[in-house]
Parts: sequence; structure tokens; C-alpha cells
Amino acid sequence: MSASPNLLAVEGLRKSYGGVHAVQGVSFSLEAGEILALIGPNGAGKSTCFNMLNGQIKPDGGTIHLKGEAIAGLPPRLICRRGVGRTFQITATFASMSVRENVQTALSTFAGQDRRLFGLATRQHRHEADGLLDHVGLLAQADRPCAELAYGDLKRLELAVALSGKPALLLMDEPTAGMAPRERIALMRFTASMARAQGIGVLFTEHDMDIVFEHADRVMVLNRGEVIAVGTPETVRRDPRVRTTYLGEGLVYARPVEGGAP
Amino acid sequence: MSFYVAQFLTGLAEASSLFLVACGLSIIFGVTRIVNFAHGAFYMLGAYIAYTLAERFSGAIGFWGSLLTAAIIVAMLGALVETVLLRRIYHAPELFQLLATFGLTLMVEDLAVIIWGPEDLVGPRAPGFKGAVMILGQAVPSYDLLLIVLGPLVFGLLWMLFHKTRFGVLVRAATQDREMVAALGVNQRWLFTGVFALGIFLAALGGALQISRDAVNHTMDLRIIVETFVVVVIGGLGSVGGAFLAALIVAEFNAFGILIFPGISMILMFIIMALVLIVRPYGLLGRLEAPTRAVIAAAIVWAPLSSAGRIAVAAIVVAVALMPFGVGDYWLTVGSEILIFVLFAASLQFLMSTGGLVSFGHAAFFGLGAYGAALAVKDLGLPLLPALACGTTLGCAGAVVIGWFCVRLSGVYFAMLTLAFAQIVYSVAFQWTDVTGGDNGMLGVWPDAWAASPHTFFWLALAVALGGVVLLRMIVFSPFGYRLRAVRDSALRAEATGINRMTTQWAALIIAGTFAGLAGALFAFLKGSVFPDSLGVSTSVDGLVMVLLGGIGTISGSVLGAVVYKALSIFLVSQTDYSKLVLGAVIVGLVVVFPGGLGGITARFSRLRPVLGPAPPARPESLG
Amino acid sequence: MKRQIGEIFIGAIFLGCVAASPARALEGEVKIGEVNSYSALPAFTEPYRKGWQLAVEDVNAHGGINGKTLVVISKDDAGKPAGAVTAANELVSRDGVVMLAGGFFSNIGLALADFAKQKHVLYLAGEPLTDAMVWSSGNRDTFRLRPSNYMQAAMLADDAAKLPAKRWATVAPNYEYGQSAVAVFKKLLSAKRPDIEWVTSQWPPQGKIDAGPVVQAIAAAKPDAILNVEFGPDLVKLVREGNTRGLFTDRAVVSFLTGEPEYLDALKDEAPEGWIVTGYPWYGIHTPEHDAFLKAYQDKYHDHPRLGSVVGYTLIHAAADILRKAPSTDTDALIAAAEGISFDTPFGPASFRAIDHQSTLGAFVGTTTVKDGAGQMTKFDYRDGAKYMPSDDEVKTLRIQK
Repeated sequence: MSASPNLLAVEGLRKSYGGVHAVQGVSFSLEAGEILALIGPNGAGKSTCFNMLNGQIKPDGGTIHLKGEAIAGLPPRLICRRGVGRTFQITATFASMSVRENVQTALSTFAGQDRRLFGLATRQHRHEADGLLDHVGLLAQADRPCAELAYGDLKRLELAVALSGKPALLLMDEPTAGMAPRERIALMRFTASMARAQGIGVLFTEHDMDIVFEHADRVMVLNRGEVIAVGTPETVRRDPRVRTTYLGEGLVYARPVEGGAP
Repeated sequence: MSFYVAQFLTGLAEASSLFLVACGLSIIFGVTRIVNFAHGAFYMLGAYIAYTLAERFSGAIGFWGSLLTAAIIVAMLGALVETVLLRRIYHAPELFQLLATFGLTLMVEDLAVIIWGPEDLVGPRAPGFKGAVMILGQAVPSYDLLLIVLGPLVFGLLWMLFHKTRFGVLVRAATQDREMVAALGVNQRWLFTGVFALGIFLAALGGALQISRDAVNHTMDLRIIVETFVVVVIGGLGSVGGAFLAALIVAEFNAFGILIFPGISMILMFIIMALVLIVRPYGLLGRLEAPTRAVIAAAIVWAPLSSAGRIAVAAIVVAVALMPFGVGDYWLTVGSEILIFVLFAASLQFLMSTGGLVSFGHAAFFGLGAYGAALAVKDLGLPLLPALACGTTLGCAGAVVIGWFCVRLSGVYFAMLTLAFAQIVYSVAFQWTDVTGGDNGMLGVWPDAWAASPHTFFWLALAVALGGVVLLRMIVFSPFGYRLRAVRDSALRAEATGINRMTTQWAALIIAGTFAGLAGALFAFLKGSVFPDSLGVSTSVDGLVMVLLGGIGTISGSVLGAVVYKALSIFLVSQTDYSKLVLGAVIVGLVVVFPGGLGGITARFSRLRPVLGPAPPARPESLG
Repeated sequence: MKRQIGEIFIGAIFLGCVAASPARALEGEVKIGEVNSYSALPAFTEPYRKGWQLAVEDVNAHGGINGKTLVVISKDDAGKPAGAVTAANELVSRDGVVMLAGGFFSNIGLALADFAKQKHVLYLAGEPLTDAMVWSSGNRDTFRLRPSNYMQAAMLADDAAKLPAKRWATVAPNYEYGQSAVAVFKKLLSAKRPDIEWVTSQWPPQGKIDAGPVVQAIAAAKPDAILNVEFGPDLVKLVREGNTRGLFTDRAVVSFLTGEPEYLDALKDEAPEGWIVTGYPWYGIHTPEHDAFLKAYQDKYHDHPRLGSVVGYTLIHAAADILRKAPSTDTDALIAAAEGISFDTPFGPASFRAIDHQSTLGAFVGTTTVKDGAGQMTKFDYRDGAKYMPSDDEVKTLRIQK
């Protein structure tokens, strides 16, 4: 551990709805360039956790520090501007724009140019946008209306949009749901290499255990709003509590994806 | 004390009347998402038909039978309208049904005059409920007591229907999640028709019950419709209990409010609505709206005009600019009026199409612009151009204030809050006689000598409208325009990308309000006078119709919509007393034939022979 | 792109079609332009239209305008001032009418008056009641036929002053007409009777009266007498609620316009008893002028006239008289001819005052009753409008000459 603060440090995060404790006292940390998988059965509190991290839900208690700065309770746009990019379980893109325009819009926001009332938006950041689309393998479709994209391509587009802010931390909610197996592997490989090359911390949830154990540096298991295990994929896989609550009887391999994709 | 009890009971009776009409609207919206503008028209038909029947069949059975029969007949008419008209356009963009039902309302108003004559009709008193009952020494009409019982009774019956029958359970399920009910294999068509007929039955019953209290006349529909919307929104869309509560609150506040501020009854309920929505953005018992279909079906990505398009526009602008050499003064003045409404509609379209924000109160900015110009001329003695600037500034200032509140809401609630503010501004203009002249308006707002001739004014209007539309288009394609569309397409993604939804939409409203203010200022000089109706609901509705007619999925279809609608209505008003009937029929016809708006007409043809690149995938109701 | 170009062309063609077809004037015709709220207020404007149509036939049957045929071109204003200005502009700029006439709502009358001033065209207002028409917003080009708000208030205040009542309540629609009717009546009555007290004022929105609470609120103030300015469906609701709740029992009611058939007919057997009203008892007027009018009207339409019929009929006759008297159809000549001109009406002779361009046409004041299941006026008499005007000095200060 270096003396500098962790990229992300979460301490005692809590949220309840009515009497239901969705998340109770979750603590963890994440380093730059590290890939952390968050797994758990449906209703374990993964999405709630995610949504608290990027500000969509206000936590009831606990702290979130990004590079030493407290961000818990800030609205999503401010958290985003502090360097947190995210993708959604159900993709959220700008459906009326072309693929490239989606990325250009994000780029112009991060460049602080989105208040300009004049000048053609489509002429700005074109090169940069194409670069990002090339990275995620969408360059060939840059001019297509976003509404026509296949679901897997939408996931990639979301990633490109999330990356356009040069985030320090990337939150990916089921990034490969709805994709063909080959696409999944390609996308996660790209994510991992990018994270390591650029020092981006990645936190992702995933139902596909192959993906999780293949690509995560560490795995954190959530059950009923509590962390029941954290560690390398190997330790987690052997953890008896994880086996009973989640992975099932000696089951190590992936189940077909449940939920997630609409 | 006894007086307050009597006043309270009177309020209860009003609440019951209001509830009957409002709950029908709420049920229809909850399931079908139709903003049924024709609800008031059905209410009125209920009253007219009940009057006709009750005049023929006397006695207790005759009277009550007439009321019920009238409601059933109108409900059947409603079912007919649903199957013949609305069913064709469920997949059109949201609010397109509003346009269709608006057209229907126009038709019904004139038809009522043709069928029942123009005079107020006073129906018979209800047998057995003619007198009053003394309660604590105060005379309370027994009919009021009947209504007080009837409201909760209908509420109870509806509760039973929704909780104890399969139909009701499906209706409730559909209110929460339409797609799920469809997935369950329920015949949606049957469900929608049933719900629509039920809602109309309640509206017609509400109207029929008024024949022994009110005078049946052809303006009943508009009197009730806005009030009904307000009640439904205060209660929370789709919530019958909310409608009940809201009707109670509105009626009681009104009953007691007039004791303290007799002059306030005009806007009391709008103030209540504004307060409720600011505190509870989804109404008293409403829930967060399920994400509805996007306003825009986005198969075609917007792009600036091609060079061929620019040449075509330039050619037309030149042709229009040459009009003063070819046509007389009257047509130039009509042309100026159309151009002013082109700008007004374009400003609303910017808000609706690019911003995804539907405003029911856009007239507020138009009217503020008109009053700003008039005040500048009358009180400050300013000439034309500075007065136009004053009007524009006032429109802009109004948008700054109104927008600050409204952008906290979304969807229909946003629309209704803009309506509430527009009505509040309207009543200020209406009642602040010392400054605005009240209903008698402000007179003598004529342009300076240099712009007084119809052709100079026409060129001025052309320059302003053209400049406005071009500027608005430039903003659409600017980085801000994309930011605005980003928020419209996905507020979730936009916020997660660092965009502030509220300030973005606020800015859009300010831009739209400023251009509307400019249009209004010019309008004041065209007419030479300003009246509160420039701020009224009908001006807002006109704007809405122009945008919807032009095609909400287009960038500037409203230009076409404004030209067609305004020219047609001026022409019809000049040529016939039944302009509403013809205009309504034209609107209904256009809605059925061109569900994409007039701007979508040519899209149909272009889809047949795609020129550039591969054909877009087949997509029902795609819009251009 | 083709799509956009297509849209643009459709718009252009549409505009072009609308702009076609110019109008031309025929020799041997004198054209009057007439604007009214035909589609918005058919109940009032239909009888009015029948009235002026009868007058046009009359005029042309008796030699027209110095040998030329009188033609009235009539336009609808859709109930909006802006619509009225559009229509007036069409009449003046396109149809080439020599004068304008019409109007029902006060604000429309004012908009037309201002338009007339701007275009320097004579405007003969029929129905609009507001005092502003001839006083505060009065102008040289505008004349008004019907007895104004002030005149009706003065007639009613005369009778009201004779009542013993000391505690007065008022109920009026919340817009300029209602406000000024109440204000003038209060002023005139208080001047005659300094001892009276105004205990409550109710201002329900026009067309949206919540009659129950309003009636309760008036009753709670325990007035001896009530001034009512409500009309139309609001009046029906007020009367029904008031009757049921006993508001009018043992209370005097003075009411603007209620005696006009337009309003009284609708109430049928529920018409109030004993209200002091202004109105038009066509069934009880027995003068040669009125008999002739009534017969002609009933022969032609098989219906009884309303007050609007009289206004429409008189308006066109007065216009014809002005046109006959004027040496040319030039606006200045017409104004000169109109000022002080005397003309015959079904109510007897009247004239346009030179001082404020208000006509001296009067109204009938009487009390209401129910006869054969219908509301009627009884014990009425005709009040000549000339006697219910403020002094000329007062008029001069009221009428800021522009």
C-alpha cells in the first residue's frame, strides 16, 4: 500500500427502503488499475451499491472517498465530473443521435463546451470520438443512428461514452449481459487491458462467473446487503459461505444469465 | 358556526360533481396514456342528451332514467370514438391523441349548436329534490345532499370494480405496467375500449347530473375541462382516490376562499395546483410515472439542411419577401400574423421536440411579450424597436421565473405546472386593471410610421420570424442543442455524463420563452392592442396544435403546422360560422391520415425510394 | 434532405393558394362591414343578425342609400379581439367597406374602436356596454348605440334609491363589465342615499360561478337588497341556487339586463319574482314603431325578437341614415353626418350625441314575474337614454379627447 489514499474507499455504506436493509455496512477499497467484481444473488444489494457510488441514490450512512475526497451524497453529475464513469444494467444512450454524436456530446460536456449556443456540434471532437469508437470496435458504425444498434453494440457505445470523460474509476453494471460469448470475452479483455494501461479502477457486477473469475483481480461477494467475502478469485471460490449462499453445491461455472438483460 | 357547516356541505356537493368528471379522466389516462381533451365535450353531450330525454319523460323514473340513459348513450359514443379514431393512433407519438381529441372537441361544440340551438337550456328540477333541507338553521338544497352521497358512492363502486372484478384488476395492472398486461395475453384492445367507455360514462353522468342545477350550453365543455385536468393532476394521474381528495380540496378551498378573498376564485385552484406540484411533484397520491415512450421515435438522425435544402429555403424566402408586390394589404396583414405564429410555434417546438418538454402554458411568454411591448409603448412612450426589445425581455424574464419552478417536474406534471403559471399570469393581466386595463386590454399599440404600412410590417415580421427560426435551428445543432437532446433522450445517461438536467432544461425554457416573447411583442403591434386572451389557454393550445400538426419528430415542422393551421383558421372564420366544425374535422382527418404530422408526409415518400445508403430498418411510425 | 425540401414547398404552395382571389367593388353598392361573435355567442348574435338582415331588406325596399343598394358584409370574430381586428382589416382593406359596425363583448368593441381610429374608418358599435367605448377610450371615429353601463346603472339606481333597503350586497362577474357596473351603481346609489351600507361583494369568475358557496356567502352578510350583474348560464345557476336556498325571499334584487329575453327566456318558470331589471318586454310594448317592427320580424322569422334583434335592426337603420345624410362616403363626411343625427328606432326616436358619440337609445325598466310558465317583465316603462347621462362637463373630463 502506498501512502497516497486509495482510488476508492467505501466505509460502512448503508441504505434501507422502508424496513428492508438493502445495503448494510458495506466497506471496501479499490486501487487504480485494479478490477474488482461485485457478485451476489439477485436482490443482494449490488445495484443499490452501484447507484450509491455514482450518486443516483443517496446513502443513509457511511462514507465514500474518491482519491481522498468525500463524494457520498453528491448528485451523479458532480460525481461524474470527479472522475467516475459508469454503464447501466439496461443501456442508457442518446437514442436520437448517431453513434458518433453520442460520444461527441459526452466529449463536449467534459470539455465544458456544452453551453455554446452556436457552432456545429458535429464538427467538434470528431477525431477524438472516432478514436474512442475505434477502441470499442464501433468505428464502422459511427454514422448509424444509435437507435438501430444491436444490444451488444449499445453496451460498447455506453463504454465509449463512459470513457470519454477519462474516468479514474469505471463502474460497469453487468457490462456483458445480452452479448454473445465471443463478444463478452473481447469486451472484457479490452476493458482489462485499458484499465491496466491507463490505471483506471474498474468495479463491475456480473452474473457470468466465467467472466468474473477470468478477469477480476479481486472478487467481493454480497449477500442480503452485507459483504460475506472479499479476495482473489481463488480464495472466494473456495470460501464455504460463498459456496452455500451463491455458487451452490460445488458449482464453479457460470449459470445462464438471469435477469440483467431486458 | 352553522353557516360554516352549510358552506362545508356546499363544498362537498361541488367536490362530488367535480370528482365524477375527474375520475373518468384519470382512469382513461392511467391506462391508455391518452390526454383526453374531449372529456369536457363528452360531459357536455351527457348534459344535452339528458336534457332532451328529461324534457320528454317526466316523473321520477323518467328523470333519473333519462340521466342514466344519456350517460350510457354517450359512453357508447365514446367507445365508438375509441375504436374508430383513437385505436388508429395509439402508436403515434405521445400527445398526438391530444390533437385528435382537441379536433373532436371543436367539432362537438359546433354540432351541439346545430343540433340543440344556441340558447341556454334549463332542464327540469330533479323530482323529489327540488327544495332545501334545514340543517342547523341553514337551508341546504336536498340535491346537494344527494350529490354528497353520490360522490363517495361512485368512489366506492369504482373501488369494488377495481378490486373485485377481473376487469378492474386488469385495469389496475395496466395502469402500473401496460406492457406486462399485454404480455399476459390480455386483449388490450378490449381493455382500452372498456376503460375509455367507462371514463366517458362517468363524464357524461357528471354532465347529466348538472341539468337541474346549471344551464346546458355549448361552452360547458371548456368550462369543465381545464378544471378537471387540474383536479386530476393535483390528485395524481391515474389515481381515483387522488382525484377524490383533490376534488374535495379544490371545492372546499373555493367554498371558504371566497369568504376571505372574493376576487381570488379565478385562480385559486391553479395556485393550489402549483403549490401541490412544487411540494409533491407527482400529485397527492400519484406515483412516479412509469417511463413512457420517448416523444421522438428516432429512426432518422437530425441533420442541418443540405445545400439543396438551403437553396430551396432561400428561394421560398425570396418568393415570400416579394409578396408585397403581388398581393393586397389584407393578405399581407394575414401573412404577418401567420409569420408571427410561425415564430411562436417554432419556439414551442424547440422546447417540445428538442427539449422533450411539453408545455401547456407557452402562451404565458407570448402574452408577456405582448404586454411588455404594450407597456413600453403606453407607459414609457418607446418606439417600435425598443418596445419589441422590452416585450422580448419580459417574455424571457417570465421564462426565467416560471422555468425555475417547472423544470423540477417532468412529463404531464411539467405541462400542467406550466399551465398553472400561465393561468396565474393570465389572471394577473385580467385583474390588475390599473396597469393592464384588465379585460378591456391595452389599446393604441400601433407601430411607428416607418413600419406602419402593411408591406413594411410584413417584411419586419418576415425578418423576425426567419431570424428566429434560423437561430433556433442553429441552437438545435449547437453543442447546447445536443446537450438538451441528451437530457431528453436519457436523463439517466446525461446526469451520469456530467450534465445538469435542470439547468439544461431551464435554459431551453428561457430560450423558448424569449422567442415566444418576441413573437408576442410583434403580435401586439400587428393588432394594435393586447388583451388577456393572448395569455390564455386557447393560445397555448393553438401553439400545441401547430407543433403536433407539423410533426413533433421534426426540427421545424411547426413552421408548416403554423402556416396551415393559422391560414386555415383565419380563412374558415372569415368564410363560415361553423369554422370549428370544419377545422376540427380537418384536424381529425389529418391525424388519421398522417400520424407523423404534416412534416411526416414527405418522409413517407422518401422512405419508398431511399437514395442515400441502405434503407433504414422497417419501423412502424418512424418519424422525420 | 428531400423530405425537408418537400415540407417547405408544401408550405409555400399553401400560402400561395390562400393569397389568391382579390376582391372588387361593384358599382351601385354601398358596403358596410359587420363583425360579431357569431360562432362564440350564437345565442346573442343570431337574433342580432336576424335584426340587421331585416333592416337591410327594409332599407333596400325603400330606395337603398340614395339609389344605391346597401350591402352588409358580415364576419365572425370567433369571440376574440385579435380575431375581430383580423376581420375588420379584411373588411376595410380587402372588401373596401365604407364603415364598420358590430361587436358584442366590450373588449372586442374596444379593439375595433382602436382599429377604426388607426385606420380612420367610422365604427358603429352595437352591443358593447363598457363606458370606456365612448369615454376613457372614446375616439372620433367610434359611435355606440346601446345604452351604456353607466346609463343602465343610472336607471336602476333611480329605482333602487326608492327601496327601503339599507344593507346592500353585490354579485358580479369578475371582469371589467362586472366591475364597472358595480362601481357606477354604487357611486350613483350612494350619492342618492348616503345612509346605505355595502356589506359584501362577490366576484365569481365569468362562466365559472360556484353558485352554492356564492349564495351562502351573500346570505351570510344578511343584506336587505342585492345588486346582480350576473348573466347567461351563471345567472341561471345563481337563480336556481338562490331560489332553493331562499336567498331572494324578503330581499329586494336589482339586476342588470335580466329582463332581456336573451336571459329571461332561459329561466322559464324558474324566473325570479319581483326583481327590478333592465330589459326588453317585447310582449308588452304597444307603440306604432314597435308594432311595425314586431310584425315584420315575426312574419319573417316566426320567432319573437330579442333585444339583440332590436340592436341589430336599429344599428343598420342608423347606419343607413348616416350614409344617406353624408354627402360622400369619406370617413370625415360620415362622422360629420353622424354627430347629432336623429334616427327612428322601435323604441322611438334617438340620436347620436355629438359630445361623446353615445346614442340616446334607452331601455325598459320593470320587475320580473312568471306568467304562463315563462319569465316576463311587468310594471315596466321606457327610460329615454338622454336623461341618464352625466352632465356635459363631466363627460368632457371623462372623455380624454384624442
